[in-house]
Amino acid sequence: MNRVKRTLAPYLLVLPGGLWLLLFFVVPMVTMFSLSLQQGDIVNGYVFTGHWQTYVDAISNYQTQLIRSLVYGLITTVALVVMSFPVAYWIAFYGGKRKSTYLFLILLPFFVSFVLRTISWRQILTDDGMLLHPLKEAGLLSPGFHILGTSYAVIFGLIYNFLPFMVLPIYVALERIDPRVVEAARDLYAKPLTVFRKVVFPLALPGVFAGVLMTFVPASSDYVNSGVLGSSSTTMIGQVVQAQALANSNYPMASALSFFLMAVLLTGVFIYARVLGTEDVMNAAAR
Amino acid sequence: MTQRRLGRRDALRLGGVSALGAFLAACGVQGKGGTTQASVAPDAVAKFWTGKAKNGKVDFANWPLYMDPKKPELKKFTEKTGIQVNYQEVIQEMGPWFAKVQPQLSAGQSIGFDLMVITNSLQFGQFRNSGFLAPLDHSKLPNFAKNAAPKYTQEAFDPGNVFSIPWASGITGIAYDPKKTGREITKLADLWDPAFKGKVGMFSDTQELANFGLLAAGLKPGDSGEDDWKKAAAKLKEQKDAGMVRNYYDQSYVDALGKGEVWLTQAWSGDIFQKNVSDGTNFKFIIPEEGGTIWTDNFTIPVTAANPVDAIMLMDFFYEVENAATLAEYINYVCPVPAAQAQIKKDAAAASGEDKTLLTQVADSPLVFPGDADYAKLHYYVDFDTAEEQQNFASIFEPITLS
Repeated sequence: MNRVKRTLAPYLLVLPGGLWLLLFFVVPMVTMFSLSLQQGDIVNGYVFTGHWQTYVDAISNYQTQLIRSLVYGLITTVALVVMSFPVAYWIAFYGGKRKSTYLFLILLPFFVSFVLRTISWRQILTDDGMLLHPLKEAGLLSPGFHILGTSYAVIFGLIYNFLPFMVLPIYVALERIDPRVVEAARDLYAKPLTVFRKVVFPLALPGVFAGVLMTFVPASSDYVNSGVLGSSSTTMIGQVVQAQALANSNYPMASALSFFLMAVLLTGVFIYARVLGTEDVMNAAAR
Repeated sequence: MTQRRLGRRDALRLGGVSALGAFLAACGVQGKGGTTQASVAPDAVAKFWTGKAKNGKVDFANWPLYMDPKKPELKKFTEKTGIQVNYQEVIQEMGPWFAKVQPQLSAGQSIGFDLMVITNSLQFGQFRNSGFLAPLDHSKLPNFAKNAAPKYTQEAFDPGNVFSIPWASGITGIAYDPKKTGREITKLADLWDPAFKGKVGMFSDTQELANFGLLAAGLKPGDSGEDDWKKAAAKLKEQKDAGMVRNYYDQSYVDALGKGEVWLTQAWSGDIFQKNVSDGTNFKFIIPEEGGTIWTDNFTIPVTAANPVDAIMLMDFFYEVENAATLAEYINYVCPVPAAQAQIKKDAAAASGEDKTLLTQVADSPLVFPGDADYAKLHYYVDFDTAEEQQNFASIFEPITLS
């Protein structure tokens, strides 16, 4: 009896988490993977045929959009690290009693729907809108000048929409740094820049890592920003997936593209983790 | 006794190899259809309608901006019949709508709506071929029989109105801002004119886009085949590569025109009329010399509807002349009831001031009541026989909008 209990105990303990994982991760993933290998059409149904050709087609037809998505995601992520670090640093070390107010202010716009916020930027950036119209009237810009529909507009939208996902984890990491460590560095005659380089930045790295993970992946697969702010020359892979799944009911193609994108992103994340020397990726992200 | 026990890893691996294949194959997407069913079995109508009774409510799924927000017609319907209407503007695009309701209809479950308005697009064929549409009992549609224009009883996508009757029709043509273009726009070729480089709007919907490519290449969408599609795609690619097209739009083209993002664009007739009225703009809408397209949004009853009798009563109600008239007065799309024109003129005579002007405009508008000359220039959509043909069509035009 006792032995049975002892052997079963670990399995029982794993059960809730395991079930959760099975229900919300394994089942959808397997279904999607299965769909990517099926053939047919929406009227007659799709049948599993192990059709790997879909992957070949997906990559050869949409490599431009795949590469573009990764490039946009990368630019967005780098820009976000550069922009968010000072903000998080300032709040963590100089925010004083108002720290939570500042964090709240960063989050405030995000109480409005993602799509609505993006559409609002469309209103601001549009050709005869409040930003460009006065400049054109004043003769500072040529009448044909536009921002909307360019890569700049899309990347701008991505940066805007993912900002808090970078600021918050970096803030959390910085906040946790013991001020005495910094003091100690100063006592040992380290210059401010050296303190930052040798002490603060390495200790904030897990936060940066988490931030990169939380922005690069969704930014690369986003389809709202490129749809609303972009044009047909800024199409991202998320838009292709959306069009294939919803407009064409071509579920195998949509699944294959999603699966391939996921594989590329995971590979990228693990290489990044290796380079940073973070042994346990998820642990670093959760810290 | 010392036989090596099967390790946990091995067990997983062994079990996995065979089980995974079976499991993967089991996760399919159910379809419902067979081949094209342009006609139905003769007893299908009786089979569907026998034993169905009025229940006192209808759940109605429609597109946004397709009825006066105060819904005067629905109030009148409730007063007259006692049937409550739950009106929801849930349909935004045909593809996503089909994708959303397909699993429920395939499983024979209710989609929560007894009436839905769907366009004569690719998805109309998908709905019909999957057997998702209830055959209509025309003995319950006396007003339709009496008042519908003959044109709308012989539509290619549903000959004899077996599954559908029109809600409203519309024209796809060109809208432009005369202040920006500086001249009149009369033809499709203007969408290829280098003078408007980067100021042209096209539709992202592959069918709408293809139609204009076909017409611009001198081809007819209605009886086009694969070779024609390739020619049309080449024509559209040329327009894109020359930098003519600012973007491929969904409904947001109206906004883009208003903000000066585009000067001339593919457009739907009623939108431009409404935009001019509500925002005081002065945009023009034309049917191009080379031709435009006409489409129809249709009342249909899903086979799983809980209240089909109430739904078909509501359909017929909109074919009473007064109701068709008030609807057209508000939405300004092509009205399938010709007698409504006289009714609107009567309403105009009774009105005064601004209302009078507006009503007169609606009654005289070729966009609401096109004349024979207008109809002659209007073409129907591309017809598809098989699902492969549809996919093929999509894959020819997709590289233009998704690149």
